Amino acid sequence: MLQLQALSKIFAPDIAAIADVSLEVGPGEIVAVVGSSGCGKTTLLRLVAGLDAPTRGAVSLDGEAIHAPHPAIGVVFQEPRLLPWLSVAQNVGFGLMDRSSAERHDRVDAALLRVGLAGYGQRWPRELSGGQAQRVSILRALVTEPKVLLMDEPFSALDALTRASLHDHLLGLWEAQRPTLVLVTHDVEEAVVLADRAVVMQPRPGRIFADIPLDLPRPRDRLSPAFIEAKRVILAALDGSLDAPIARQSAKHATGAWW
Amino acid sequence: MKAPPRSFLNNRLAVGLILPVGAALLYEFAARLGLVEARLLPPPSRVGQTLWSLAATGELWTHIAATMLRLAAGFLIGSIVGILLGALTGASRTASRLLDPTVQALRAIPSLAWVPLFILWLGIFVASKVALIAVGVFFPVYLGVMAAITNIDRKIVEVGRAFRLPPLALTRRVLLPAILPDCAVALRSGLGLGFMFVVAAEIMGASEGLGFLLVDGQQLGKPDQILAAIFVFAVLGKICDGALVAAFRPLLRWQDSFAQSVSRSAAAPIASPPVPAH
Repeated sequence: MLQLQALSKIFAPDIAAIADVSLEVGPGEIVAVVGSSGCGKTTLLRLVAGLDAPTRGAVSLDGEAIHAPHPAIGVVFQEPRLLPWLSVAQNVGFGLMDRSSAERHDRVDAALLRVGLAGYGQRWPRELSGGQAQRVSILRALVTEPKVLLMDEPFSALDALTRASLHDHLLGLWEAQRPTLVLVTHDVEEAVVLADRAVVMQPRPGRIFADIPLDLPRPRDRLSPAFIEAKRVILAALDGSLDAPIARQSAKHATGAWW
Repeated sequence: MKAPPRSFLNNRLAVGLILPVGAALLYEFAARLGLVEARLLPPPSRVGQTLWSLAATGELWTHIAATMLRLAAGFLIGSIVGILLGALTGASRTASRLLDPTVQALRAIPSLAWVPLFILWLGIFVASKVALIAVGVFFPVYLGVMAAITNIDRKIVEVGRAFRLPPLALTRRVLLPAILPDCAVALRSGLGLGFMFVVAAEIMGASEGLGFLLVDGQQLGKPDQILAAIFVFAVLGKICDGALVAAFRPLLRWQDSFAQSVSRSAAAPIASPPVPAH
């Protein structure tokens, strides 16, 4: 169980990126965090990953507090961030350096095979397309078998066809290991394709506006009425999140400028 | 039997030789026909003869050895200090604030201005020459390494953090490979300046070395000897630069542009310093 307790992150004295976010994600659950740009989605994910420290609140995984990057939490960034001086196989095995080379080899090969990149192991990252590079990046995070996989708009830079194929790859990988998956996205369709639950965030400061369950059978048909209805509900929540009254800025702004 | 022109143009070495060899042949003919003043600018054949006789007496090797030894010592000292200080100022903001302004101020001094001081301090023999070369090599290496470190992509470093690499492993697996290409370039430009300053140092006073051949040729009116020494400098410079590139190549195979950039850019520039006027 991944727990976020009243997380707040304040960057400058008056700028709260996120305020009081509490969320529980069960084992093997897929949660999509949806919101307009600037609502603190990425900040939230970085706090959960232990890459940044929250100003207030706490993150815990199965009762263990997360203060720093943790072996049970894998991260996939918006860009593939492959290391250009390592081959594709070495990139996938980047987090396996403490294992025997035979085990590393087996795991990397199996992983590449699973996403249709068998035979690409000895290539350089620069030789991959955007979709292939992001697949490698997902493998790099999953090959260590983390309990939680965090993804920060991992498909936002890809074209629609590539994105759809990566959704399938991701669901296949998830099926095999069943990690808890927290996916930040601004793509409503992506949320409905992948997630068991959509958490809609509201900006300034970033807060949770709505928590929408998505009980659709898998595999999901993007053209079914239930799918379209789910999209409509999330879109309505997104609209509502922007119309909601903007939280009052700290009064310091107003009083500090009298001279 | 002629090779088809396409494959000839694809041969890098052959294409690179067209211009110098063509120019040399052209000049040779012009000199033989009496179209140019061969006394001041001797034709390639004369330069070749001079080079041959210098090599035959063994004199040439003494000069090359002297020059290369000074260069090697100066390059080694300059680049090691440059790498260490560049790494320090690149990695630590405090060190950068403390050291960099001073280093930049020193860099603004024309390096030849140190010569009188070095001679006073270190004498007229090898130490002062090595010191001058080291100063010349130091600055480009320092700047290049510092820039390489400050320009490391933080997003890539964060991958190392996400995988919880301890500092030493982060350095070895992420930071060092990331700065390697820029370091190679920095060392190459350092080597180029090393050649420049070895000539300067030897022109200022030496009894052996290729720079001595230059001065000797000027004073005794032997332009063929000057050209022979210049030719040897060109060959040595190209060989040393090529060796440096070759040493880095196995580590930089991943780089898209590396192979091409080597062939595109000429060897590090070897500027001949101004000959003092009488």
